[in-house]
Amino acid sequence: MSILIDKNTRVMTQGITGKTGQFHTKMGKEYANGKNCYVAGVNPKKAGESYEGIPIFGTVTEAKKQTGATVSVIYVPPPFAAAAIDEAIEADLDLVICITEGIPVRDMIRTKYKMQGKRTRLVGPNCPGVITPEEIKIGIMPGHIHKKGPIGVVSRSGTLTYEAVGQLMDLGLGQSSCVGIGGDPVNGLKHIDVLKMFNDDPLTEAVIMVGEIGGSDEETAAQWVKANMRKPVVGFIAGVTAPPGKRMGHAGAIISGGKGTAQEKLAVMEACGIKVTKNPAEMGKLLKSVLK
Amino acid sequence: MKIHEYQGKELFRKFGMVTPRGFPCFSVDEAVEAAKKLGGSVWVVKAQIHAGGRGKGGGVKVAKSLDEVREKAKQILGMQLVTHQTGPGGQKVRRLLVEEGADINKELYIGMVVDRVTQRVALMASSEGGMDIEEVAAKTPEKIHKIFIDPGKGLLDKDASEIAGEIGIPDKSKPEAVKMLQGLYKCFDDTDASLAEINPLILTGDGKVVALDSKLNFDDNALFRHPDIVAMRDLDEEDPLEIEASKYDLSYISLDGNIGCLVNGAGLAMATMDTIKLYGAEPANFLDVGGGATAEKVTAAFKIMLSNPKVKCILVNIFGGIMKCDTIAAGVVAAAKETRLSVPLVVRMKGTNEDLGKKILKDSGLPIISADNMGEAGQKAVAAVKGK
Repeated sequence: MSILIDKNTRVMTQGITGKTGQFHTKMGKEYANGKNCYVAGVNPKKAGESYEGIPIFGTVTEAKKQTGATVSVIYVPPPFAAAAIDEAIEADLDLVICITEGIPVRDMIRTKYKMQGKRTRLVGPNCPGVITPEEIKIGIMPGHIHKKGPIGVVSRSGTLTYEAVGQLMDLGLGQSSCVGIGGDPVNGLKHIDVLKMFNDDPLTEAVIMVGEIGGSDEETAAQWVKANMRKPVVGFIAGVTAPPGKRMGHAGAIISGGKGTAQEKLAVMEACGIKVTKNPAEMGKLLKSVLK
Repeated sequence: MKIHEYQGKELFRKFGMVTPRGFPCFSVDEAVEAAKKLGGSVWVVKAQIHAGGRGKGGGVKVAKSLDEVREKAKQILGMQLVTHQTGPGGQKVRRLLVEEGADINKELYIGMVVDRVTQRVALMASSEGGMDIEEVAAKTPEKIHKIFIDPGKGLLDKDASEIAGEIGIPDKSKPEAVKMLQGLYKCFDDTDASLAEINPLILTGDGKVVALDSKLNFDDNALFRHPDIVAMRDLDEEDPLEIEASKYDLSYISLDGNIGCLVNGAGLAMATMDTIKLYGAEPANFLDVGGGATAEKVTAAFKIMLSNPKVKCILVNIFGGIMKCDTIAAGVVAAAKETRLSVPLVVRMKGTNEDLGKKILKDSGLPIISADNMGEAGQKAVAAVKGK
């Protein structure tokens, strides 16, 4: 088992004709069952063409109808990416994973507004994507650093997720699924949503939750864990050294009005029964210590 | 991106919001000319820097004659203005705003930000204007009123009127307050702002509602559709190293410590800084080289870090995914040679082509301190700056 995606998932790439979209679609196709998973591409101007044997359609709806794809991954450039998400939601897909970095917040506010009452789930934007090791990889993470196993990983950052996975692998621990929810302030799934799914996933035995300064998503998730989570959760928050008012790369990683500091998040998580570490080099070790 | 108060007020006026009349000035003579043009008998001379807290720092003065305007302008222009937001070095004042004086009856606060929880724009308002709003929020949170604006409907008349009432605006001034609040939302939305504040918003003796100050920040990701706002950018107000870094598409922020960090990815970059602190030193910067780092980008990053005289060691932490360790290693070697690196260099590499990368570093003959994991890298960098 896994969450969100598995070897039976059928995925389309929106923005398949751009350099990034092509590269990562090819990498995804070459990973595990990717050959069967990547079934369609979308570009309104290139319908009827194909890339790496993957047919290209003019719209998401058409791609879904012709191939049965129910998941989309988006590599469309930032000025047009929110409209690409809107199109995927209009087409009633199950899941949209938006990799694009740099979408204006105002566009995402409108997209989230349109998503109200819709069943489509959104991961991202500005995220590495989702991987279920040895089955399917949707996104820009390196596939070869993963293997299948009992640990769930959820994180706001890309390379820090790889770091967590690398530490798990050094200890021989594989992953059920790894979800990068992205570093933007207005986005799709939050830590809490992903934790709920890991809680219900029979293969997942424990979860690493990697957060960042800014916002209060980690605190909200921690409160939920305290009341509901049946599996151990360990955590790390990046940004103890970040000064207030300075945006640390990610649009969401900013301490404003004295809120969203790493210290505050770590304290709430700890109070909610999540084992935390202040040393990012010890995320793997900490996880291993809570395994039964 | 940030802009000056006078630029913010120019934008406000485009959205039908009332501000005092005033002119930006770049010299003392211009300030006196501006006061003459404005007429009246009371003027305010205001330092224009991007940081807040200018009044407390002595950057805002009232003048009651043209001679006084000259005197105050002389005092403020060119001064090194220190506020709680500038850091101890302060910021040099290069521009002034000379405005007509206002008859202040009441000082209020209104502001807008994007709220992450509701994923909407939050309007905040308080009767406690003119002071540090963060302090008001911390000590008397009940005095901050909030509403979250429905992006489909905008700021409705009844919501704007209600919040105006809550911060003590009398009925007869409410229509003006509603216009101000709706103007601010329209301005925020149309310009892709990330923060908008009016502190203070004033009620005058004759019941008018006037924006006495303006603070506007914009979403950098949306600047591509606002050339008019980009034109307001004032490079004098920005860190020269951060400007240089942005030319190479590097995300760089100067900090106060002495270990320069070069990392791929924002989260890993923050975690690397945290590791340095954990072992007892402080990072000199945040630097994310991004996903597509080339030898050219790495060299530029080294030059930028090294132009900070405080840097006593450089720590490179790379988790190679799509980006290969050997590419980065070649870049690091080229950069170290080109910059004739004289401070210790600690490198930690993991991921794709890790062994190849390590071999390149070893074969370069450079005195590179290598580390196998992030913890070890942090320890070795801290040991290097502490001379152990």
